[in-house]
Order: sequence, then structure tokens, then C-alpha cells
Amino acid sequence: MNGGIHPDRSRDVSQPLDELGPDETLKADSDQLRGTITHSLADEITAAVTADDAKLMKFFGVYQQDDRDIRDERRRQKLEPAYFFMARVRLPGGVCSPSQWLKLDELARAYGAGTLRLTTRQTFQLHRVMKQNLRTVIQGLRDVLLDTKAACGDDTRGVMCTVNPNLSAVHGQVYALAKQASDHATHKTGAYDEIWYGAERKPTVGPEEPFYGRTYLPRKFKIGFAIPPSNDIDVYSQDLGLIAIADGGRLQGFNVAIGGGLGRTDQAPNTYPRLASVIGYIEADQLIATIDAVMSVQRDYGDRLDRSHARFKYTIDDKGLDWITTEIERRLGCALAPARPYTFTSNGDPLGWMTGEDGREHYTLLIENGRVINTPDRPLMDALHEIARTDKCTFRVTPNQNLIIADIDPGDRPAIEALMTEHGLDRFERDTGLRRNAMACVALPTCGLAMAESERYLPELLTKIEAILKTHGLTDEPITIRMTGCPNGCARPYIAEIGLTGRAPGKYNLYLGAGFHGQRLNKMYLENVGETAILEALDQTLGHYASDRQPGEHFGDFAIRAGYVPEVKEGRFFND
Amino acid sequence: MQPPASILTPDQGEQVDRLAASLDRDQAIWLSGYFAGVGDRAGTGLSEPERDAGPGAGAETAPATRSLTILFATETGNGRELARSLADAARAKGAETRIADMADYRTRALRDEQDLLVITSTHGEGDPPQPALGFFEFLDSRKAPKLEHVRFAVLGLGDSTYEHYCGAARRIDERLAALGAQRFTHRVDCDVDYEDDAAAWIKTVVAALTPTELAPAPAGPSIVAPRNDAAPAAGAAFDKKHPFCAAVLDNLVLTGRGSTKETRHLELSLEGSGLRYEPGDALGVVARNDPALVAMLLERLGLSADAPVTVKRETMSLGEALTGTFEITAATPRFLDHWAEITGAAELAALRAADQAKARAAFLRGHHIIDIVERFPASGIDPDRLLAGLRPLQPRLYSFASSFTATPDEAHLTVSTVRYELHDRQRTGVASGYLAGRTDEDATVPVYIQSNDHFHLPDDDTPIVMIGAGTGVAPYRAFMQEREARGAGGRSWLFFGERNFRSDFLYQVEWQELLRRGVLSRLDLAFSRDATPKTYVQDRLSRQGRDVYAWLEDGAWLYVCGDAAQMAPDVHAALVGVVADHGGLDGDGAEEYVAALKRDRRYRLDVY
Ligand code: SRM
Ligand SMILES: Cc1cc2nc3c(=O)[nH]c(=O)nc-3n(C[C@H](O)[C@H](O)[C@H](O)COP(=O)(O)OP(=O)(O)OC[C@H]3O[C@@H](n4cnc5c(N)ncnc54)[C@H](O)[C@@H]3O)c2cc1C
Ligand SMILES: Cc1cc2nc3c(=O)[nH]c(=O)nc-3n(C[C@H](O)[C@H](O)[C@H](O)COP(=O)(O)O)c2cc1C
Ligand code: SF4
Repeated sequence: MNGGIHPDRSRDVSQPLDELGPDETLKADSDQLRGTITHSLADEITAAVTADDAKLMKFFGVYQQDDRDIRDERRRQKLEPAYFFMARVRLPGGVCSPSQWLKLDELARAYGAGTLRLTTRQTFQLHRVMKQNLRTVIQGLRDVLLDTKAACGDDTRGVMCTVNPNLSAVHGQVYALAKQASDHATHKTGAYDEIWYGAERKPTVGPEEPFYGRTYLPRKFKIGFAIPPSNDIDVYSQDLGLIAIADGGRLQGFNVAIGGGLGRTDQAPNTYPRLASVIGYIEADQLIATIDAVMSVQRDYGDRLDRSHARFKYTIDDKGLDWITTEIERRLGCALAPARPYTFTSNGDPLGWMTGEDGREHYTLLIENGRVINTPDRPLMDALHEIARTDKCTFRVTPNQNLIIADIDPGDRPAIEALMTEHGLDRFERDTGLRRNAMACVALPTCGLAMAESERYLPELLTKIEAILKTHGLTDEPITIRMTGCPNGCARPYIAEIGLTGRAPGKYNLYLGAGFHGQRLNKMYLENVGETAILEALDQTLGHYASDRQPGEHFGDFAIRAGYVPEVKEGRFFND
Repeated sequence: MQPPASILTPDQGEQVDRLAASLDRDQAIWLSGYFAGVGDRAGTGLSEPERDAGPGAGAETAPATRSLTILFATETGNGRELARSLADAARAKGAETRIADMADYRTRALRDEQDLLVITSTHGEGDPPQPALGFFEFLDSRKAPKLEHVRFAVLGLGDSTYEHYCGAARRIDERLAALGAQRFTHRVDCDVDYEDDAAAWIKTVVAALTPTELAPAPAGPSIVAPRNDAAPAAGAAFDKKHPFCAAVLDNLVLTGRGSTKETRHLELSLEGSGLRYEPGDALGVVARNDPALVAMLLERLGLSADAPVTVKRETMSLGEALTGTFEITAATPRFLDHWAEITGAAELAALRAADQAKARAAFLRGHHIIDIVERFPASGIDPDRLLAGLRPLQPRLYSFASSFTATPDEAHLTVSTVRYELHDRQRTGVASGYLAGRTDEDATVPVYIQSNDHFHLPDDDTPIVMIGAGTGVAPYRAFMQEREARGAGGRSWLFFGERNFRSDFLYQVEWQELLRRGVLSRLDLAFSRDATPKTYVQDRLSRQGRDVYAWLEDGAWLYVCGDAAQMAPDVHAALVGVVADHGGLDGDGAEEYVAALKRDRRYRLDVY
């Protein structure tokens, strides 16, 4: 125990299972996540799996969902909901080869309703996969060396990494570490191969999960690597954020930031978004040891009684940042060095063509809400399929749900450019600064937690806001806007200059005042209001911004200076 | 006061009067509660597995107490918590208390309730919690029973930042009152910080529960009268000739989006008809022809709907005759002959030859009356002469998909709407099309009961194997309702087949529930268009051969319902195969085994 202080252990893994939340017993009794999944998959009476198996399957990146648009209709028809599954790929740093793209495209067309979804954590989701096709899909991914391990569940989630192609050299080094980190921290149970690949159960020497044990983590745990000056991954929203410190194109080490997390619940003041705190600096070769130290502290001290209070951010605020830091250092076996200076300029994506320092070409393609699909006027899926087939580029999924067609030899650029023009992909210049910096989560109809529309609604709302921007001459002003269908914050709305989170059909909370490069949370300005109220508020505040802003002042900073919302200095005070 | 004669015999009436006269207020209240208990025991007689203390039970143990049910609707669990603490408080007061989630509360129990405490939150935009939508819908529907004998109170959970604050609570509070139930304390709406207000409300209602503070419940007879006492006595009054006009309570499409079929679920009310039926019986529907088709026929023939005609010595308008009394869709050989004579058309005449049977059949399949009339015109033909070639419109039969015991006074049907195209014209089956159109508020359908002894259930302990494709599943829904209502112990096994799992799994959630509750022991499915090679019920039967044979050896009865042309023969063949494979018999031996099943009436068919 550090500093002689004895922290409260009444709610953590040190307690007997029956003193903890039901999910802890579920995990412990699941035989390292096997549960009865195989049985559930074979059950022909329903398209669903048992509630327990549905929870366990999340550890394998597979979510049970249903088409909420027709849930009620089917209830009346005495039919069960139209169940299907979402499969989330593990894709550290969002790096994807052409052959991997082609496989994903093929699987999506055959089993995923003909669409792929790029996520805010740089990976792909397939939606609407029927139970009986899950194995086919997951085995198809295996053919291109992809898996869905730990894409969800109480363990490390997809590891993020800045994709800014201007820094090819450093990016290469950091990406390699991000991948290594993901492979290292992902669960090791043989259940995955047995259930999804039909592998024989191998006799294990020693524990199947040396790090996680039988009860894994109290909750999800997110790791991300940022490479200044880009904060595209929103490093402060990660449970463990690592800020690369480079020197002349060589990676030196990382500043360590802990305790980020955005999820909250309406009307529950003890839940709040929290930005990560920078606690020091480590050398690059200390990375894996540091990850183990930090994750093990959360594993051992995290709240296992109340899942809404189980994220690392609450463990830190409960035990105190200093105590947690000291405990991490104790486990690391050495003190952290003082944090090195760094600067972020934006958490958005620079769109369009860009030449890396190695002279190779990259095109960042704006993909509205990450939805890759063919529409009559825009055959996006076909276009990317064509581009992948040239085999003259790789892909990077960005943390803003966009796609970089990367690593193109200058000689091949014309060919790629031709394909893009042919399919009308090179049109982002037409978009306003707002639309270029917009994100919406999936929400309805697939997300089980959505309370309001998001992905299907933001585009039309943007069109209405753009009219307002036009009248105030702000059309090209970069302003971040992010919408989610519920307070969970999947599109990181609490660090957007304009944040909208769903409360009920057509009703949202409106937040203002976040930092343009993700350094400050926003604050609720209007609660549970409809479109008219939202537009009125934006017309007023944006108008004021247009007339009274100081040179280079961002909308978020202005909203605070002009007194529309107070500055939120710490997550704990978000609800004050 | 005089009880309606229909309810009490004259001397019962006298006794009640004499008694009533001698009672003071408290005694009257005590007795009303007592009779309520009696009434419930005399009532449906259903066994309700999920009840811990039904009203009946309440009455047994302590005649004077009224049964208490706490009904909650929750989405995120607050409602459940409160319902539990309310239950504890009530039980502490010594009240027989039953607590139920609207999500799985069986609505037919509602009519038997006495004291009802409701807790509901509001979600969406003033909507009830998702899981409770079904209950709210039932309550708002015409199916909701009168609740004069019920007393209730409602607690609302909500969030005042929403514009429809506690909308669901208000809705159910008003609706219960509208159904005749009486509040014994006014509704309380709680905001997100509901703890204190809720606690206070619980205090009030629990206090109000103690008998002395009871508002007087409606007096004697109205309570004593068992709800479903539509005595079968004069039931026989209705038949083919004199059908009963049953009100349509519900008429919905069971097949989900993207289905290649339209299969409907109809709920008709037999209330007041005195009609009763057994699972396995069928309902006769006296349908009328599609007015559009009648008009078209008249137009092609250049005849007026008002032209008087004589049908069985009764004069009526030609229009009425063609709509209500004659078959005007598919043509018969007789009509062919008739029309050949009228028109003298050589092509028709040729088809009359004895050796032309095949061609004739083919022609009739491809040409209905309207098509023949169009191709071989006979404009201005004498109306009576036209009718002479037609056959009388027959009623159509539909298996009951419900058990009278389980849903008193209701008749549920599972109807597949016959729709097809012929000569580029959309056609619909007479009766199924007629029923499909019977959707408006005050729609009625003329019906009668067609009992079907050879398709009734065996005794409660005999295992049954039910095989059905498509609407053939209808009687099995009735079987399961009946067996559950009777608390029958016999095992049951359903083989169901249709085209697609996602859209055509008729009554899917009900079967899942029946399995969960153990009423249905096994369920095997065959969806022909989901998998290649196509699998049908008979394939499933063969695949489960060993167990099927074991069931037969255990004395199981075997039922087959649905398509006569294809399924029934295929199932028969599969059955013989099963017996051969697992009974170690040769072909003849197996045939004989199955024949014996038929003789012993353990192998029963209802195919069409
Ligand atoms: C796809 C994605 C949004 C998108 O439009 O891209 C997403 C979608 C969902 N998120 Fe998320 N989350 C996504 C990024 C995030 C982020 C942003 C981030 O991590 O950078 C957050 C906020 C950061 C954080 O974790 O605090 C986030 C916070 C949540 C939460 C709230 C967690 C909490 O601590 O309260 C939930 C609900 C939960 O876990 O209980 C959730 C749950 C969900 C689920 C799986 C709903 C569910 O649990 O049933 C959503 C699936 C919807 C669907 O139909 O696809 N998602 N989710 C993102 C996938 C990321 C990935 O590839 O792994
Ligand atoms: C005991 C019993 C129980 C039954 N139970 C049920 C039940 O539970 N559910 C149910 O749905 N039905 C049931 N039926 C069948 C039902 O009685 C009717 O036969 C069915 O609904 C069709 O009647 P209809 O008047 O709608 O069609 P009709 O007007 O009788 O039309 C059927 C006729 O249309 C013609 N036709 C159909 N398709 C074509 C085509 N493609 N091309 C040319 N001509 C065509 C044929 O002449 C066919 O005979 C049952 C029948 C019996 C005897
Ligand atoms: C998506 C959503 C929509 C809601 N809509 C309403 C509403 O329209 N009116 C209201 O009074 N309360 C509304 N509420 C608040 C809930 O009724 C309140 O939280 C209640 O305590 C939930 O109780 P329960 O857990 O029993 O469902 C809503 C809550 C959620 C999560
Ligand atoms: S924010 Fe809420 S609605 Fe949107 S995807 Fe996440 S959980 Fe679903």
C-alpha cells in the first residue's frame, strides 16, 4: 500500500463475488467467457442469444441488437424483435490494407446489409449480421488476419493512434507500438478460437488469463496514442492516453494521461465526463510495463458493485489522483519523469491531399458519419472497392469517422484521383467548416441505447445550421459539432464546441464551450429541447460570435468569454 | 334492489333481498368483498400459474379481504423497486398481495382483479415503458373488460423536464376510471427525485387498504355474477342459415415485412351469442362476394343490380343474389355446360365431351366465371337464366386458434389471405378476402360453430405430437391455451413449417413463452425458403424419428393440420418411414402400424 493510506476496498475485486455486482459473477462463472454461447448460436427458436451470452459475446466484439424501427410493429405481429448482430473489428490505429478492405467489403455485401460503418475509434462495424452468419463473417476476417477480439466488453478496447500522415516517420514508430499494445492487452482466452473458428479446446498450462483472471476488468478500458500537434484521437477522452514526444523525427517517449472518459447518465449528477490528467513522462521502452501498471490498478481498485461508477475516471476521483499515481509508480518500480511540453492545434482531420515527409501522397476523404454505403447519387462503397482493387494505396480510418486513402506513390496519384472524380468523392471543398468537423454516433435504428436519432438526423440539422452560418458569414469557419443519440457520448460530444446528446425522440441537450483541440469540456446550455429551440440558440450565439469574436478566437472559447456558459475546469464539476 | 332476472333464480333473488334489507353498512361492505371472492371462484376457473395469490386464493383463506394486485411498468427499474417496497408495506398490513410486471401480466386476469395498485413510468415522448406497451394497448382497446368491481390507485414516475410529464400514468389513471373502476386515492406524479413522494403515496394507499376505510364497493349481484356466464343453453340458436354477427375485436397481419404471404390474426367476439366451442372445432364464416366483382359481372352482362330475381321461391334483387347467395368466382363444369348452351360457343361445347375431362379441368383452373363471361359474351341474358348456372355460395371454415376456456367469448382465427393474379387481374379469395377487409371499428362477421369431434384433445395426461404448416398451426394454439388453462400435464411437441423464419414464424413469441412456461415441451421448425436444400415439416419429423417413435410408443396422439394436397401425404410417408426405421418394421409392417394408429384414433387429420 502506498503512502501508508489504506483506500476503501469495499467495492473492488478483493470482495467475495456475492458482495459485488451480478456481472462479476457472470464473468467468473463463464469459464473464461465461454458461457453457453455455442448453445445459444445453435438455438433455432430465436434469432437472439440468452441475455448472459449476449453480455459475454461483447468481449468478442459482437453485440446483439434489433431493428428498432420495426420493433413495435413486430410486437403487434406476435413476432420477436428483428434481432441481428453488430460485429466490431479490432483494428489498432485504424490501419487497413487493400486486401483487408476488399474482404470487409465482400462480407458487408454478403452478410452486413451492404454497408460498413467507420467508428470514432478508427475501426469498422458490420451491422445486421444474422446469428447463423456470425462464424462465417469472423472466419472471413481471419482470412485477412483480422479479428473482433475485445472490441467490446470489460477489457481494453480498440487502441487508437493519430493518423496525421504529415508525420510518416514518427507515425510509423508509434503505430507499431499501438499495435503491440493492443496485442499485449487483449484477452487471451481460448474461447474465441473455439466458438468462432470451431477449434478444439487446448489444455492450458497455468491460468488462461494471466492478467485479467476470471473477472476481467470492472468496465471497458480505452487506450489511445496522440502525436502532437494533432489531437485527432481526443487523447483526453482515453482511460489511458499516451502523448508522443518526438525529437527530430525520432520517437522519444510519451506523456502519460489517465482517467479520461465521457459516458454519463441524465439526471444522475454522480456520473460525468472527465478529461484525462497528465501525470508524467515515460521512455518509449517503458510503454508495455506502464500499460500493465495502469490497467492493473484499475483492475484491482475499480468499482465492481455499480457499473455506472466503474470506469477508471471514477476510481481516480474516489481514491485521489496522487494516490493512484503513486500506486502506478509503485507497480512500475520507478517514478514517472515530469511531463514534457507539447502543443495540440486541433482534434479534427485535415481533409484532402497531403504529401508526407517521405514524399508519398495521402488523401483524407470526408465520410459523413462514417457510413460507407452506396446511394443512387453517390456509390461510395463501389468507389472505395474500385480504389482498393488498384492495390496502389493503403487505408487509415480516422478518429473522426473519415478515411485516409494513404501511402500513394506520386506516380499512381492520377489513377486514384481519376477514380475519385469518376465517383464524385473529391467534393469536400463544397462543405462548410462545420460539416467538415461534424460527427454523429450510430444511434437509431440499431443502437439499443439510443433515445433519439443521431446519424440519420445530423446531416439535415447541419443543412439548417449552415443557413444560419451563411447569414453570419461563418461558412468556412471550422467549428466542431458532435451529436449522439444518448448521453453515453460515443461521438465525444462533450468535447465539441457544439454538443448535442439525445434525451427522447426529437429532444436533445445542447452543450457549448468546449476547446477546439479537445482540451476542455463543454457545458450544458439548453436541456431537453427540440430543433426550433436549438436553431434559435445557435442563431443567437453564432451571430454574436461573428460580430464580437477576437482574431483567431474559436467559437468554444468565445462562448465562455461571452458568458453563455461557465468554463468547466474538471469533469467533477460538469453537472454543477 | 332487483337483480336482473337473467342472473339470479327468483328464490335466490328473494333471499338476497331479504338479506340486503337486514344489513348495516359495514356488513354490506364485508359481504360484497366476500361475494367478490365467491364470484371469482365461480368465475373462469382458470389456473393461473404465475399467480402467488389469486383472488380465489384470497377468498379461500380470508373471505373478507379483497385481493390486492400491484401492477408495475418499468423501463429502467425504478418502478420495480417501488412496487416491491409497496408490496412489502401491504403484506406487513396483512394483505394478500400479488405483484406483477405489466410486461408479462396475462391481461385476461384483469377482469378478476379487485384492488389494483399501478406504478408506471413514462418514456419516449409521454409513452409507457416499452415492455408495457402491450398492456396499455389492451387496456385502451375494445377488449378491455368493465371494471366496476375494481378499486385502484396510480403512482406515476417521470421527469418534469419532459413536456409529457408522467403522460403514461395520467393515461392509465383516466382509462381505469373510464372502465368503471374507482380510485381510492388520487394519482401522484413523481419527478426524478421520486423517493419521498413515492414513500408518502405508499403510506396513503396502504392505509386506505384496511377494510374499515373502504369506500363501499358496488353492492351484491353485479359482483356475484361470474363474468363469463354466457350460458351455452340457447347457443344452438345460431347455425349456417342463421349466423351470429360477431364483432371484430382485432384484425392484424401476422406475417412480418418482406413476407411472401399475408396471414392474418382475427379476434371475434361471441359475447351474448351463447356460442361455445372446443379446441379443434372450426368457425363457419358466411362471407359475401366482393361488390366490385359483382359490379363488373353485371356490367359485362349488361344487367342491372335491381333486376328482380327469384331464389328458392324468394324474390330479391339480382345484385343481392350475386353478392350474398351465389358463388361467382371459380366456375364449375355445370356452369361450363350452361354457358355453352347459352352462347353456343364451339370452344366451350368441345370441352363438354367425356374424353375432355383433363382439358376441361385445366380450362376451369385458368378461367373463372368473369373470364368466361368476358370471352364468350351473352349480353342482356335473362337474370334467372344466369343464376340457374351458378351454385350457392358456401360458407368457409376456419379452425379456432383460441380456447374458449382461456379466452371466454372470443374466437381467434388464423387466416391466410388468398391473393393471386389471373389474366393480369388481381383476385382475392371470397372469404379470406372478405375477412381481410373487415378491419373498421364496427365491423362484424356472420359466423356459426362447426364442431369437429375427430380433432379434439385427448385426456390431459396423454402426450401429443402436433404437425402443422402455415395456418395449420391455428388449432395447436388453441390446444396449448386449453392445456395451460386446464393445467394439463401431458407432454406436447409441435412441428411447424412455413417459408421464412424472420417473417412467417406465426405466433413466434407465444410459442417461445409456452416453451419457457413448459406448456409446450418441444418445438421443431422447418422454414423452406431459408435454407437449401429446402426443409419441410416432414423432413424435421424424419430427422427426429427416434424420439417421435418413442413418443408414439408412449401412447402419444398425433395431429396433422393444414395443406391437404402436399403436406398431409408427405407427412404420412415420413411417418411410415419413421416407424419402419425405428420400429424395426418392413414397409407393410410400418403401414399397418400407422393404419392401427388411425383405427385407434390416435392419428388425426384436419386438412384442407
Ligand atoms: C460505433 C461507436 C459510435 C460511432 O458512431 O462511431 C459506438 C457505438 C456504441 N457504443 Fe460507444 N461507440 C463508439 C465510441 C464510443 C466513445 C468514443 C471513444 O471511445 O473515443 C465513447 C466515449 C468515451 C468513453 O468510453 O467514455 C463511448 C461510450 C459508450 C458508452 C458509455 C460508457 C460509459 O463509461 O458510460 C456506452 C454504454 C456502455 O458502455 O454501457 C457505449 C455503447 C455503445 C454501443 C455498443 C451500444 C450498446 O452498448 O449496446 C453502441 C453501438 C451502436 C451501433 O449500433 O453500432 N459507448 N463509445 C463507436 C465505436 C468505437 C469503437 O470502434 O470501439
Ligand atoms: C376444416 C377446415 C379448416 C380450415 N381452417 C383454415 C384456417 O385455419 N385458416 C385458413 O386460412 N384457412 C382454413 N381453411 C380453408 C378455408 O376454409 C378456405 O378454403 C380458404 O380460406 C380459401 O377460401 P376463400 O373463400 O378465401 O377462397 P376461394 O374464394 O375459395 O378461392 C379459392 C379458390 O381460388 C382459386 N385459386 C386460388 N389460387 C389460384 C390461382 N393461383 N390461380 C387460379 N385460381 C386460383 C381456386 O379455384 C381455389 O379453389 C380451412 C378449411 C377447412 C375445411
Ligand atoms: C428515453 C427517456 C425518455 C423519457 N421520457 C419521459 C417523458 O416523456 N415524460 C416523463 O415524465 N418522463 C420521461 N422520462 C423519465 C422517466 O420516466 C424517469 O426516469 C423514471 O424514473 C423511470 O422509471 P423506470 O425506471 O421505472 O422506467 C424519460 C426517460 C428516458 C430515459
Ligand atoms: S451515444 Fe448512445 S445512442 Fe449513440 S451509439 Fe452510443 S450508445 Fe448508442
